[in-house]
Amino acid sequence: MILKRDKENDSYNIYISGVGGQGIIKFSIILGEAAINSGYNVVMSEIHGMAQRGGVVFTELKIGNSNSSIIPEGESDLLISFEPLEALRVMNKANKNTVFVVNTSPIMPFNIVNSEYPYPDVKMIVDEIKSNSNTLFTLNAEKIAEESGNILSMNMVMLGAAAAIKEFPIKKEDLINAMNENLPLKTLEINKKAFERGYNSVKSSSSQ
Amino acid sequence: MNPKQLFQGKKGEKLFLLGNEAAVRGALEAGVSIAATYPGTPSSEIGNELSKIAKEAGLYFEFSINEKVALEVAAAAAASGLRSFTFMKHVGLNVASDSLMSAVYTGVRAGMVILVADEPSMFSSQNEQDTRHYNRLANLPLLEPSNPHEIKEYMKEAYRISEKFGIPVLVRTTTRTSHMRGIVELDDIPKIEKKGFFEKNPPKFVPVPSTARVMHKKLVEKIDEIKQLCNDSTLNQTHNLDEMEQSKFGIISSGSAFNYVMDVVESDELPVPVLKLAFTYPFPEKTVLEFIKDLDRVVMVEEVDPIMEREVLALIGNQNISLKVHGKLDGTLPLIYEFNTDLVRNSFKKVLPNYKENNKISAEQKSLSTDFKLPKRPPTLCSGCPHRAAYYAIKKAMENLEIDEQDMIFPTDIGCYTLGIESPYNAGDYLLSMGSGIGASCGFSKATDQNIVCFIGDSTFFHAGIPPLINAVHNKHKFVLTVLDNRTTAMTGGQPHPGLPVDGMGEAAPEISIEKIASATGADMVETINPLNLKQSIPLFEQAIKEQGVSVIISKYPCMLIKSRTKPKNLLLIVDQEKCDECGNCINQLSCPSIYQKDDGTIKIDNFQCRACTVCLQMCPQNAIRGEVIK
Repeated sequence: MILKRDKENDSYNIYISGVGGQGIIKFSIILGEAAINSGYNVVMSEIHGMAQRGGVVFTELKIGNSNSSIIPEGESDLLISFEPLEALRVMNKANKNTVFVVNTSPIMPFNIVNSEYPYPDVKMIVDEIKSNSNTLFTLNAEKIAEESGNILSMNMVMLGAAAAIKEFPIKKEDLINAMNENLPLKTLEINKKAFERGYNSVKSSSSQ
Repeated sequence: MNPKQLFQGKKGEKLFLLGNEAAVRGALEAGVSIAATYPGTPSSEIGNELSKIAKEAGLYFEFSINEKVALEVAAAAAASGLRSFTFMKHVGLNVASDSLMSAVYTGVRAGMVILVADEPSMFSSQNEQDTRHYNRLANLPLLEPSNPHEIKEYMKEAYRISEKFGIPVLVRTTTRTSHMRGIVELDDIPKIEKKGFFEKNPPKFVPVPSTARVMHKKLVEKIDEIKQLCNDSTLNQTHNLDEMEQSKFGIISSGSAFNYVMDVVESDELPVPVLKLAFTYPFPEKTVLEFIKDLDRVVMVEEVDPIMEREVLALIGNQNISLKVHGKLDGTLPLIYEFNTDLVRNSFKKVLPNYKENNKISAEQKSLSTDFKLPKRPPTLCSGCPHRAAYYAIKKAMENLEIDEQDMIFPTDIGCYTLGIESPYNAGDYLLSMGSGIGASCGFSKATDQNIVCFIGDSTFFHAGIPPLINAVHNKHKFVLTVLDNRTTAMTGGQPHPGLPVDGMGEAAPEISIEKIASATGADMVETINPLNLKQSIPLFEQAIKEQGVSVIISKYPCMLIKSRTKPKNLLLIVDQEKCDECGNCINQLSCPSIYQKDDGTIKIDNFQCRACTVCLQMCPQNAIRGEVIK
């Protein structure tokens, strides 16, 4: 099955950015498997190894027809950032119609004390995205994850948030099925709660 | 996906697999009996997955001590009639290359495949070498898949070629194919042969001058035969064949570069034929000649070096054909780093007049930019990493001995601790390759009068650190060797090594003692320390630096990524704001991700990240950090 979009062979491109240890790869695998189970073709790119140790991590997911797994400049349909600063770092992957979903709780780079540039105020980051993009959803995913029972469920908060986007091509049930397949049984309930709360957080807010 | 699915998945089933996982399934579907590796990004997940399923799948798998041994294990298995598989990162092949050169001479009885993962743009590597040079150096057939499904299928084709011609075959991936996830359709897994039989045949298997001369002759004859197969291979395919008649322009590409080419060709509806080469050594000259015969110009799109480009130039020179060849050599494409769709499109614009981009899409999708100056976020040692404690102790020891930074050389090695080059540790001054820290220390010790403290990890010590240590003691060098023994191969994801009581199949295994090996060399001082105990470690480093010969400090404490899985922390660290005078020593000297300063100047510990290693508590000049026992 090919997504019906402006152009017949175009894929729905999701760029996901954040920091090593936030559960981004697991998030992306669940999303990818759910897309396959919905009948789509999917390619995805991951970064492993040295780049992960607390550094920037990003995955790229293309749903529909594509040969390469890298999203060209400006061609993300959806940009999900697990960390506010990291959303700004990958602005070149987005265009003005890209939907942004951004977690607003920051993680300071370990060397911020000696950094040439300070960590910008989160409100300034949000305003900067807002002034560039037509659609932005923000949520404090860390807080929602804690309220759901475990801060490590933050990635499922973000998955729920993504699922609430109007144009998002994967159905909620398919995502939950993929969660069942990929998450350990003992954390499944908390993760599902986190997913629901992320979903409701975006559903109840109009975009900013 | 459950990892068992890689083995249990049935014919026709479609899985969402990483390129490296697809390689594992390819090996299973090819009936591989023996597999061996030394982990290295971007090939590591192949070993991780094999390690999980080998027992159930009925094959033998090992994490070998290094890539050379891994290749030798595989070569001997294939010589004994069992299909074998070895895999490594690009620089791993340098280590294995000595035996590789001979394994191609002797050849194999059953199929043998070597998968090598290159790293254009170097995400986790010290160089960007192009493995395809080895195919030319060694006379080794080469396949280049572009995506996970092709990795699986080409693995099987590689075994067919290997067995038919009795020669090892190399499958070259890059980061973007090894770490690409895509849909892979499964096939049947045959029954796996457990044991082979080695039939003696010294003229075939023992290259001494008289036999090697015969072997080399046979090898070049073999390659000539394989050239036929390569020219007929359906792996090499022309896309956009309809355009062949009208177009005077064509594209030749391979591997992950081909994906970018096709994305551009499809999205901009370019009316040009594309030759995808996948069986690329021996070079399919006839296939290429057929493709270029009516063309005026061709652009070569390949990562990293202009290898196929030079093959095409040689071919047209030899055939006296007039054809303009664009690529890396004329600057159409860059000579270094990985490609992407934008870069490939821009290169086509340079050589195709009136290039028409799909305008509607590109205007709307103009990429955003920001004028914000962003702080960098380099990778770092984890919270509670025992390496940080060792670096701190050495710096303190230097301070106590009044040794200036300039009078101390820190040769380092390959692993997480290479991150010691970052401030404030500044403990990485010289690095060449796995094990080079010790060998280089020998050189610095004779070439200078500076102090030398070198670092090597436990897995790297086994891999390539033992011969240079013996060299150091025997040749009377003077330096401190610090073995940062965190009880795992940490950087690549935590694989076992000979210093652990477990092997690659998860079975109990003899644990080789680093301390006993060091003592056996006769080093002047050999001590094992707990790096998290600064009272013990600082004076020992002082003593070691003062020593006149080789001293070995084994800094032994498990990697926090592993420790936190098995043992929950028992302390909450708290900064007593009454006592803290905000001197900032903890932040500036440890640079731990868990310690941070708030805007009002107060210093806090993030107890979610903190692993309670207590190094900050021990080093705080005001004793302002205390631990509360978690009940």
